[in-house]
Parts: sequence; structure tokens; C-alpha cells
Amino acid sequence: MSARILGATIVRILRQLLHDRRTVAMLIVVPALLLALLYFMYDDQPMVFDRIALVMLGVFPFVIMFLVTSIAMLRERTSGTLERLLTTPLGKLDLLFGYGIAFGLAAAVQASVAAALAYWLFDLDTAGSTGLVILIAVVNAVLGVALGLFCSAFARTEFQAVQFMPVVAVPQILLCGLFVSRDQMAGWLEAISDVLPLSYAVEALQEVGAHADPTATLWRDLGIVGGCVVVALVLAAATLRRRTA
Amino acid sequence: MTSAIEVQDLVVERGKRRVLHGLTCMIPRGSVTGLLGPSGSGKTTLMRAVVGVQVVRSGSIMVLGEPAGAAPLRRKVGYLTQAPSVYADLTVRENARYFAALSGYDAATAERAVADVGLADAASQLVATLSGGQRSRASLACAILGEPELLVLDEPTVGQDPVLRDELWKQFHDLAGKGTTILVSSHVMDEAGRCERLLLIREGALIADDTPAAVRESAGTDDLDEAFLRLIRAQEVTA
Ligand SMILES: Nc1ncnc2c1ncn2[C@@H]1O[C@H](COP(=O)(O)OP(=O)(O)O)[C@@H](O)[C@H]1O
Ligand SMILES: [Mg+2]
Repeated sequence: MSARILGATIVRILRQLLHDRRTVAMLIVVPALLLALLYFMYDDQPMVFDRIALVMLGVFPFVIMFLVTSIAMLRERTSGTLERLLTTPLGKLDLLFGYGIAFGLAAAVQASVAAALAYWLFDLDTAGSTGLVILIAVVNAVLGVALGLFCSAFARTEFQAVQFMPVVAVPQILLCGLFVSRDQMAGWLEAISDVLPLSYAVEALQEVGAHADPTATLWRDLGIVGGCVVVALVLAAATLRRRTA
Repeated sequence: MTSAIEVQDLVVERGKRRVLHGLTCMIPRGSVTGLLGPSGSGKTTLMRAVVGVQVVRSGSIMVLGEPAGAAPLRRKVGYLTQAPSVYADLTVRENARYFAALSGYDAATAERAVADVGLADAASQLVATLSGGQRSRASLACAILGEPELLVLDEPTVGQDPVLRDELWKQFHDLAGKGTTILVSSHVMDEAGRCERLLLIREGALIADDTPAAVRESAGTDDLDEAFLRLIRAQEVTA
């Protein structure tokens, strides 16, 4: 890895994103609209809103960055830019970390706006700090990026790439403890839930919701999600081949 | 050392088919070598092998004294893919600056390369909005910047208007004059006369590796198109 190449790659990816004004607008506005929807749905049940909105602040960046990254990386593969990049001094990790950091930054902006709205406009109430909620959201976004980088290797077309969303993201959302709390699931479902990274991200958010100070469980959960990011990046690196048939 | 590229008994299979059948050739340093042959003859495959992105079955390729694809070559070799490989959602200038930065060149070098391919006026235009010919020149700018030791250009002049084509060829010779070795492919024979050496390839085998003059002479015609035909026929008779 080289700081110069990594820096240039981050700037390049952010420039691509900024040229696409509509995507930037949607990245910021869509989570806000969905939070508003939740707010009005649970108008008379503020406790339920608090529980769901908190989890959603972590789920949005994960899902959105997973989708954005899968498509961006698929484009690198199909447009020939990846092949060209791999003939330059760029290292595989420069590219993978470039995506992780660039979209992580985008997610930080997205999560900050969404959290600001949730707390100030929609009266979200958590025992712990907003900063931690944003931190978890960003780590989640990076998890989405890492899984997106990996999954893009198995898609030939953009149609296929978007289909990985229901495969990779939806089961994690269903089993993360939002709909049925994890200790009330059938044993085998809980076992599956135990190996899905989003379950830990959601548990971390629930810790922030319930405790004023960061708990040991929270740090452990964040560590697990971080570990999953590293594993996904290593797997993604293995799918980047300088030589192809 | 006088050779920039040495290919020995190169065999490449793509899909289930053998695309290159034990190809051997040598490309001298500081020259403009044309790789000519009909569509599907294996030009792109050979170039991919030279830049080290092609899985090869057997044989060896030495580039600037190192095995093709070796890490030190990545800052010495510029590669233009046949289909333009630039970011459609960036401007020409942003593309050039990014590829310049990867090899450690500054913005001024990127700017010069953009001007060299005749895109100075379109530098701040998004690649997605360029014409086909402009888009491939944008891609070319990203390959030639920094005057690499070896340039591998896959059909760089396809779809360019005649005046521009002429300018591009002049530039290739300028670069070669400064020491860059250029391997350039084309499927149109009228470009063959512009090269110092010719590799004629057909169905994955070389049918000539010589100067244009020598190719003309051995085929007994001044027309390179006709020469190519005669060489193929002569080969089919002996085969
Ligand atoms: N990815 C691929 N998989 C299988 N066969 C391929 C692939 N790419 C090219 N080929 C085949 O290899 C042969 C040589 O192709 P190529 O090197 O692209 O020729 P050229 O550049 O001279 O037009 C062609 O018959 C082509 O169909
Ligand atoms: Mg070709």
C-alpha cells in the first residue's frame, strides 16, 4: 500500500460520487424520509419509535453502501478500468481501502444528517451518546462496502449485483433482533443470527440506547463487526486477480 | 540489451480454444512495432500477455529484462486497452490526473498528455459525454502520460479522423525517438507502413516478423494489404 496511491484513489472515488448529484441527494434524503415515515407510523408509541429508529440508523448505511459499492466495483470490473488499474503500481489493498474509506466518509455524512434529524426533529431518545450511534453507523457502512466489494466478484451484470441485496442484506435484517428479539428465536435461527455481523451491530446500537456510558458488550460487538470487515476485505482481495483468462 | 520484449513459444488458451500457438518474437527497444492481423487473430491476447494480465498456458515473456507482469514493470509500461478504460463519470482531466498520480506524476504531466491527444478543449468535459473517438483518446492520454519505457497500444487509432490519426502516429514516433518502445496493434493494413517493424499475425500464429520494406519485398508487392494476402496463401500452400 502507498499513501499517495490510496489518497488519489479516495479522491477519485469521491469525485465520481460528487459528479452524480442525484445519487448524493438520495444518499442524504432517503434515510431522512424513511425516518419521517417511521416517526408518523409510531406517532403515539414513542418508545417503539426509539427502538426501531435507532436500529434503522445502523441498517440504512449498511444496505445503501452495500448496494452502491457492489455496482461501483462491478463497473470497475466490466469497464476495463480494473484491468488497467492492475497494470499500474496500484496495490489491491489501495483499491479496497480506497473504497472503504471513500464510502465510509460518505456514510459518515449520511449518518450525521440522519442522526441529527432523528434526535432534533423526531425526538429520538437514547441513554448513550449520539457520537457512538454515528460511529456504529459508519462501521456498519464499511461492513456494507466490504461485503459489496466481495459480492461484486460473483455478479456479471448489474441485474445480478442488485440481487445480492436480498441474499446478503435481508436475512441479516430479519434476524438481527429488530423483529423478534434474538433470545426468543428458535435455536437454529438464533444460531444463524449469531454468525451474522449485523446482529452485533444492532446489539451495539441497543447498548447505546440502554446505557449512558459505553459498555463492554458494545466494544466487543464493534470489534466483531470490525473483524468481519477485515475478513470480507481479505476475501475481496482474493477475488482481484491481476491475471485473468 | 537491445530487445524490449522477448516472447518464447507462447501458448495461450481462452475458453476451450487455443488462441496463441507457440508464438515467438522479439521487439527491439526504441522502435514502433506494428502488430497487424484480422479481427480475432489474437492481437489483444498477445498484448494482454505482454502487460501481464493474461493467464498463459506455457512459454515465456520477458519485458524490459523482467518476466511480464513483474511488479517493477508496472511503472514502466503504459497499456491502452482496446475498449476505452476510463471512468465515464469523471472528466478527462480528472481521469488523467488519477492515472498520473498512480505512477507518481504531477498534474502538469496529466495536462500535457491530455493536450497531446488533442483533448485540451475537452479537458473539463465528462468522459460520458465524449464521442467514441474522443473517449478512446482520453484513454490513450492515461496510457502515454509520463512517457513510459514501453507502451502497449491496442488499436489506438480506430475511429479517429484521418488528420488526428496522422498526428497520433507522429506522436508515437516522437515518443520512440525519445526512447519509448511502442507496440501498437491495428486491423487495418494501411497503418502498417507507418511502423518500423511489423508482426503479422493470423489465427494465433505469426506469418511475418520484419520491416515493412522486407515484407513488401518477400511478398513481391508494394501494397501491404496484398502482401499480407500473399504471405497467407504462401503459408497455406506449404502447410
Ligand atoms: N474472454 C475470452 N474467452 C474466450 N475466448 C476469447 C476471449 N477473448 C477472446 N477470445 C477469443 O480469442 C481469439 C483472439 O481474440 P483477440 O486476442 O481479442 O483477437 P484480436 O485482438 O486480434 O481481435 C478470438 O477467437 C476470440 O474469440
Ligand atoms: Mg483486439
